Amino acid sequence: MAEHSPAVVVTARSQPTQELAQAVNWKVQRLFRRSLQVRAVDAGSCNGCEWELVAALNAIYDLQRLGVDIVASPRHADALLVTGMVTRNLELALLRTFEATPHPKLVIAVGACAGTGCVFRGSYAVHPGVGEVLPVDVYIPGCPPTPGAILQGLLVAMGRLEPPARRQEFVE
Amino acid sequence: MSNKLSEVINTLRRLEGPLQVSAGPEQVTVVTAAPALAQVCAQVAQACDARLATSVGCDERLLGRGFQVYFVFAADRAGAFITVQAELDENAPVFPSLTARLPAANWHEREMHDLLGFLPQGHPDLRPLVLHPGWPKGFFPLRKDAQLPPSPFQVAGDLDMPGVTGQGVYQLPVGPIHAGVIEPGHFRFFLDGEQILSLEAQLFYVHRGAEKLIEGRTPALALPVVERLCATCSASHAIGFCQAVEALSGVEIPPRARHLRTLYLELERLYNHLGDMGNICAGLSYHLGNYLGASSKEALVSLNAELTGHRYLMGVAALGGVRADLPGHAPERIRTVLAQAYRDLQELLSGITTSPSVLDRLENTGRLSREVALELALVGPAARASGVDRDARRDHPYLAYSDLKLLVPLRSAGDVYSRLMVRADEAQVSMDLVNQLLRTLPAGPVRTDVPPLPPRRQALSWIESPRGESVHWVQGGNDGTIYRYRLRSASYQNWPAVPQAVLGNIVPDFPLVNKSFELCYSCTDR
Ligand code: SF4
Repeated sequence: MAEHSPAVVVTARSQPTQELAQAVNWKVQRLFRRSLQVRAVDAGSCNGCEWELVAALNAIYDLQRLGVDIVASPRHADALLVTGMVTRNLELALLRTFEATPHPKLVIAVGACAGTGCVFRGSYAVHPGVGEVLPVDVYIPGCPPTPGAILQGLLVAMGRLEPPARRQEFVE
Repeated sequence: MSNKLSEVINTLRRLEGPLQVSAGPEQVTVVTAAPALAQVCAQVAQACDARLATSVGCDERLLGRGFQVYFVFAADRAGAFITVQAELDENAPVFPSLTARLPAANWHEREMHDLLGFLPQGHPDLRPLVLHPGWPKGFFPLRKDAQLPPSPFQVAGDLDMPGVTGQGVYQLPVGPIHAGVIEPGHFRFFLDGEQILSLEAQLFYVHRGAEKLIEGRTPALALPVVERLCATCSASHAIGFCQAVEALSGVEIPPRARHLRTLYLELERLYNHLGDMGNICAGLSYHLGNYLGASSKEALVSLNAELTGHRYLMGVAALGGVRADLPGHAPERIRTVLAQAYRDLQELLSGITTSPSVLDRLENTGRLSREVALELALVGPAARASGVDRDARRDHPYLAYSDLKLLVPLRSAGDVYSRLMVRADEAQVSMDLVNQLLRTLPAGPVRTDVPPLPPRRQALSWIESPRGESVHWVQGGNDGTIYRYRLRSASYQNWPAVPQAVLGNIVPDFPLVNKSFELCYSCTDR
């Protein structure tokens, strides 16, 4: 995998560290002009993270008003939003989706499964998180993260919020 | 023991063949020899008017019992579950396939073939189901001595799909990764123009090996996995699992816990049904309906969070009851939110039923006949929309349902409209049930202690989840841990109906038909 700056983990309490979040922000601001076209991929989710993403699009949270949209094809996407720990059965399809997404691109891992494998860690049928398979830029933790948390995470990714994240490799 | 149950037992005792019949409360076990399995199962199904409820293949070599298969039938009118059990030869675990006689057994047998290496002889289609092509040969994860080879491997994925051929017939592959924010599955349409001649589905992309993961854990450590099998059936699965464990340990939960569990199950049904109605509207491009459904669901899951701390009710169930009591203001809040949900539902319904263009898309689309619904042993709203009068809450009452006045709405056309309307009717019934529960909520503790699992015994439990009856099967090992667990979710049972329902429809209606079943991939794939 090509060299890749460490990921941002979005949490409410962590101290902001400018330089890291800037790495992500730079990409979005320069390359994606502060709007983000996202392709969602379920790579082994219990569907909870999906439903919260769908909820983030409902009339109450209305993600689209912030310049984020969910697109139908990875060919249209600036970012892949991956949920689930990456199952063996889906690994190849996920890799193909990543390849199909034009450069430059962000990978946003949503949920505890995508972060670490959550309670499924250690099963024969899964990888322990998206980071094992793809270079992740932003982690949005939670099981599932609420629509508000997803919104916050996407805004951090887009540089529209003061980054609440600190520099951190996602390690066990 | 009820009269109906003793009738079932007498019927079973009159059956021919090598079998032994024994009975417990609500459950009867028939032990037979492997070569007679298919015949005995077919007889049981016929003589007792029973449908296939679940199946379990089990490597019981560590319990000193070799390989076992269990096929569990539900005799709804008698209110009984009948298990047919046979031991297989350790060196050649073979049994005659049931699928030709009982089509509902199709996936069950393919799954045993994949995960345990059992051979259902004479099965018409033994392509891989759960483990896609590319998994190491001879790796049967649910065998106790299963081991993944150390060398890395990648699952190549694509399944052979014979489908139909002929002049002008072409194929349209869709997925596993779809355009919307939905779960992964691969669909292959065989088309004549836009008309669907045949549909083949490859699912199990989100197979997480959860059943294996749970083996060797205490029930308390297994519960967090069970409730994460599927977010929108989370309360159903968690409570169903707890019920099976409690049945095994002989525990009765306190009356208040019974009521609270029932309340959570109905709240889960409600947010699902309203959300699903909105999703069907999304499949129609009827955006107002979609927004109404989504807003209503949002209000209901927010209520969940307010009551329990989790929008999808994860963590509410505990072994021996529920984790915490309701906050004091809960009844009032629930009534307020439900009153609004009722108004949302009426608005949604009036929008749907007064719009000819919406009705045009709903009616006659994705018809599933009663015969097919019976043949595939469907459950839940999908069965009830095709005129199959089946609801575990009434037929096999559990928790507080026997104390409640419960109506089971029924439709007969089996089209998308019927599946939508069954949900609408059921949502109103759920609101009524919630009100009944709030009126009759008993006082007292919400949890009791559960002793360790007794060794080498198994128990069954069933829950009418939002998508229909789900069946849990739990077996204790030698040391208080779980030896084998299987969940047969409602979605698992109903999936084979989707390819049947779309026949003769056009491709643009597929998302709509699919959404009208609204099956979860996650609790199917596990
Ligand atoms: S993080 Fe939690 S909600 Fe999200 S997919 Fe995993 S188990 Fe489901």
